[in-house]
Amino acid sequence: MLGISPSMALRFEVLARHNRARASRLTLPHYEALTPLFMPVGTQGTIKGLTNDQLEDLDCQIILGNTYHLALRPGADLLDTIGGLHKFMNWPRALLTDSGGFQMVSLLHLADITEEGVTFQSPVDGKPMLLTPEDSIQIQNKIGADIIMALDDVVKTTTTGPRVEEAMYRTLRWIDRCIAAHSRPHEQNLFGIVQGGLDPQLRDICLEGLVARNLPGYAIGGLAGGEGKDAFWRVVAQCTAGLPEDKPRYVMGIGFPLDIVVCTALGADMYDCVYPTRTARFGSALVSEGVLRLTHAAMATDYRPLDSSCTCMVCKRYTRAYLHTLVTKEAMGSQLVSYHNISHMMQLSRNLHSSILEGRFPE
Amino acid sequence: MEFTVRACSGHGRVGSLRLASGLEFETPSLLMITRRGLPVVIPPEMLMDLHPDSRACQFTPMHFLEDPLAAVVAKAGGVHKLASLTGFAMVAVARDSLGNEIAGEEASNLGASFETSSGRRIVGLEKYMEVVNACKPDLWVSLPDEVPHWVPEKRNRESVDHTSQWLDHCLSLQHAEHGNRCLGVVVGAGSLEERARSAEQAATRNVAGFSLAGFGLGEDVAQRGFHLEVAIAKLPNDKLRHVCGLGSPEEVLQAVGAGIDLLDSTYPYMLTKECLAMTFPLKMEVPLRNADRDMQPTPDHGVASGFSLAKVNLRSATYGGGRIDETPLVTGCKCYTCKRHTKVYINQLLNSNETLAQTLLEIHNTYHYLEFFKAIRESIKADKFHEFRTWFTSQRVFGMTYDVSESFVA
Repeated sequence: MLGISPSMALRFEVLARHNRARASRLTLPHYEALTPLFMPVGTQGTIKGLTNDQLEDLDCQIILGNTYHLALRPGADLLDTIGGLHKFMNWPRALLTDSGGFQMVSLLHLADITEEGVTFQSPVDGKPMLLTPEDSIQIQNKIGADIIMALDDVVKTTTTGPRVEEAMYRTLRWIDRCIAAHSRPHEQNLFGIVQGGLDPQLRDICLEGLVARNLPGYAIGGLAGGEGKDAFWRVVAQCTAGLPEDKPRYVMGIGFPLDIVVCTALGADMYDCVYPTRTARFGSALVSEGVLRLTHAAMATDYRPLDSSCTCMVCKRYTRAYLHTLVTKEAMGSQLVSYHNISHMMQLSRNLHSSILEGRFPE
Repeated sequence: MEFTVRACSGHGRVGSLRLASGLEFETPSLLMITRRGLPVVIPPEMLMDLHPDSRACQFTPMHFLEDPLAAVVAKAGGVHKLASLTGFAMVAVARDSLGNEIAGEEASNLGASFETSSGRRIVGLEKYMEVVNACKPDLWVSLPDEVPHWVPEKRNRESVDHTSQWLDHCLSLQHAEHGNRCLGVVVGAGSLEERARSAEQAATRNVAGFSLAGFGLGEDVAQRGFHLEVAIAKLPNDKLRHVCGLGSPEEVLQAVGAGIDLLDSTYPYMLTKECLAMTFPLKMEVPLRNADRDMQPTPDHGVASGFSLAKVNLRSATYGGGRIDETPLVTGCKCYTCKRHTKVYINQLLNSNETLAQTLLEIHNTYHYLEFFKAIRESIKADKFHEFRTWFTSQRVFGMTYDVSESFVA
């Protein structure tokens, strides 16, 4: 049995440190992962065209499913009957599901948040529907991911005023409802999400409240939405300082390699973002020097691989010039760039882990 | 390059084809479709292990006519290196079987009209051979003046003359060090006499084989049979025969029955695009069923059972409760998709518009079609091709297209 307390289904061991950065082993019910790690986002339980074999070849350890989309299709009950998302997808490694709240708020214009939960218009028939913390956890229990996220009241960092405070306190009230509703604490880890906008006092209150609930892991939410870099890093630093050392810390929605490196330096362990696959669809490749726009005319005569330091299948086989001719014309073009971009993020994760482990993180 | 006929059953034959690269495989063989050198949806690194016979591809030189791709393939040193498909046979077929029309009406002495990335244009001989030579294919089709069967006599005669002249011109422009890799085109769609004339002319040329053109353009099936027969009768027995434009199972059987060795077919991909999985039975021992359109499908349909189900449509609109189908597309199928995934999962991917659905479907459909070609070869070796063809065609008549608005919660 995993974990040191009855409400945990994971083990988190810090293997090495460099100042605040940590290289750790995160043992989950389905997989033993090494952190820091990046989690690609799989929406419906698949990462944009990549097969399970490819995801394993790329070393993806945990992938993220969107509860909102999964609840719509194929539906929580179907997943429950089948035995969970792992079985449905035939994915042997770890899964994480979000609460569904964020997607609703960002996708559904008429979403409104009350003390009960998130109200929205059903995308199927337009009828008013409500997602409560209990609903979110019940659905996530049926999906069966290794890590599930509490339903939080998330506001944009650009929001100011009493709404930020309201959202933070509500998030604390909702975490208790999530904990109470969680029917599988020995198989699924419920992570709380720290809110509070850019206000250090609000963040402190939230941190204290969540830490007191002794959850298996914590996420830092409400960032990566338009705030300035300094504010972003300051909030991350404050949160990692206030979270327990011996539990994983997940900064949500972070995908720019630079941001991941900085957050790691500040003591975070897990990241997710749609950025790598999304930018691939526009013909942009993530490389050591930054972002390579394959649609640019100069690429037509560039016979180098995407990234000379990358060992992925795409970089071993194809040139920038060939990919340039493919990206706007064939689906296979963006497929190959997606593959490389995921590889890039996985390589970054491995480098972060091993450099901290080997005491050479500053490089 | 060496081609040897190993077994016959009627006019159908099994051959072994050994390319200059050393790659060897049996014919009749399916050429898998590529676009700009790569499979349409199958991850390229998965192609080698997809099926024991998944080694031969077609590509269209017309995609490589313009810069930058023209320059890129030349610099790469050919299409194999460009697409990282060394170890595969890459066969250049002028006609783009993924839906673009052939010339038909327009041609001049200089070349025929083709759809290219920059629209329809006349492709001249020098340009065509420049691209062919830059691509370095294992086999290539000479520039055809391909016309459908309904063109006037005069135009048909002209197409035969053009095609023959262009064959000679192409041969004069081929790179000597690449050896004899040309498949000389035979046209003559509208008239059996012209067809014979075209074949006679091609037969005297120093080519590796022949490519029969002008098919798959709405011609009558019986007429097609005569054209194939008439053309092949004039061609030497010991050289390869390819046909373009034919790809469905019945067309494959007709072509193989007439003596064809190579076909590029978009049939698997056409099914994939329509969210259909190929499920027709492949073993003759399976008994024929009577037509019974009300029969409910069982989970165990496909290779192992006798159920005459040609295709399974995976798009579903509803989940109504009841039994969830967690079986693979075809029970017993050893393809990547069937070993790992269920109908209900693929259904979900389709309904969510996930591209992985196409990938998984195409892997299965290609595998199944390669198995079909294998079954054809086995039947020829056992001298039972005619029986196989009869069995297959009759069970397909009974087979229904199982439309799955039927979900996998049946």
